[in-house]
Amino acid sequence: MGIMNLFGLLKKKSENEEITCKKCERTAKRSEFYKTDMVCPDCGTYLRMGAKERLSLVVDEGEFTEHFSELKSENILGFPEYDDKLEKSKKASGLDEGVICGVGKIGGNDCALFVMDSNFMMGSMGSVVGEKITRLFELATEEGLPVVGFTTSGGARMQEGIISLMQMAKVSGAAKRHSDAGGLYIAVLTDPTTGGVTASFAMQGDIIIAEPKALIGFAGQRVIEQTTGKKLPAGFQRAEFMLEHGFIDMIETRQRLKYTLSKLLAVHAKH
Amino acid sequence: MRTIENTSEIKAYDRVQAARDGKRPSGGYFISRLVDNFIELHGDRRFGDDSAIIGGVGYIGGKSVTVIAMERGDTIEDRMKRHFGCPTPEGYRKALRLMKQAEKFGRPIVCFIGSSGAYCGIDAEERGQGEAIAENLFEMMGIKVPIISVIIGEGGSGGALALGVCDTAIMLENSVYSVISPEGCASILWKDSTKAAEAAEVLKLTAHDLYKFEVIEKIIDEKDRSRDEITSDLKSFILCEIDTKEKLSVDKLLDERYAKFRKIGAC
Repeated sequence: MGIMNLFGLLKKKSENEEITCKKCERTAKRSEFYKTDMVCPDCGTYLRMGAKERLSLVVDEGEFTEHFSELKSENILGFPEYDDKLEKSKKASGLDEGVICGVGKIGGNDCALFVMDSNFMMGSMGSVVGEKITRLFELATEEGLPVVGFTTSGGARMQEGIISLMQMAKVSGAAKRHSDAGGLYIAVLTDPTTGGVTASFAMQGDIIIAEPKALIGFAGQRVIEQTTGKKLPAGFQRAEFMLEHGFIDMIETRQRLKYTLSKLLAVHAKH
Repeated sequence: MRTIENTSEIKAYDRVQAARDGKRPSGGYFISRLVDNFIELHGDRRFGDDSAIIGGVGYIGGKSVTVIAMERGDTIEDRMKRHFGCPTPEGYRKALRLMKQAEKFGRPIVCFIGSSGAYCGIDAEERGQGEAIAENLFEMMGIKVPIISVIIGEGGSGGALALGVCDTAIMLENSVYSVISPEGCASILWKDSTKAAEAAEVLKLTAHDLYKFEVIEKIIDEKDRSRDEITSDLKSFILCEIDTKEKLSVDKLLDERYAKFRKIGAC
């Protein structure tokens, strides 16, 4: 099946962009990698996917309606270089913010989806990312929909200071209300999921799935090394490490991800 | 956004340094001064006991409460043992266990927050530092008794927020509360951690800033006041807030708690 330009979401320009596998350095057009779901055909490395590519991978053809795209970030603190960073991120990612939210179907199952994108300021969570995901949980609660959320983030967005930090609590509140109403929330952790996102909604799923070898943790690796003066063990903070320590339910391949999500949604369907 | 009088004569980084001052009282001090007949309760019932967080029961002004406080320690040995007040996952899990206990027995909860952040280490990651904080944020949104959180020193990021989901947030005037340390911010922004003072300004991390952003409800003045005056002011305000919040129905209490955070950064 693989990634197809199902909704006209993917732009010709990005399809033709050349990318390089960071492990084996295979270089090819993005569209070449689409044939293998952005997994390197030579070495099996999972390349990072943009939010639109992710939607194309898991959502049924033509079955996605975006919500809350009107929300745009502002430089609320007057933080240096932030306006510029936002502009550059918009250009680089082709997105207005670091998350896409909406309602769609996966294998015929209705669900609300949020998909973070690491091309937009490393998927950092500012007030718009927090607000969009909060609204999505609220919408899902109202409509009795399950939530499927794909995380990738460096954590809270420094440029929005304390307002960013508070998004962790805000989204957690909305996730809690959705849960109390009996809603299912499946979190899919992709590379990298760290900091304030790990310490909030990434770890609040009823079911938590991770992609192979995805970096998942709270503190950054360099910070831990510098603070402790210790060398980090092999595989530290990777998906396999998280599974071994009991913090996630499973690791799923890209090839099987849609199938697994469909089955999980179906088993929770309300009759 | 609220407006307040201009306090620009004191630099943000002066507040950061005041908040970090080794002589500044930590959580244990506030327990000793505010809580009568305090009995400490230990352990997370999962793995261990973290002495960076002190939890227990007692009375504030005759009112029975559960108290949870971050404590960085006094002597160097004590500070090592408490890893300078940076809580491990066990600390956060103990805190949540005691909050659930408070809920069961209908006692309000008072949290004292003062830590540079969650403990950073290989072991903390292995035992789910992120999961522990996430669980607290999630569960505290639904705890059916009033939660009053007081920032007493440095409120360092997610590690501070893990005791900060509350009905009323109070900051001592010289405490700070931030998404990242000024040093961390400066090294990301200008590749130069010595520019921390400038970073502290742009992060807007003082009590006055947070009051303006409606992230906190009350500032306890410290200027020209003795510790006795400060603690007595804090005690009256905590009691007043507990009294107000206890009058609310559980639904109203939880709706207002949700709304308090819901409105932050709502576009």
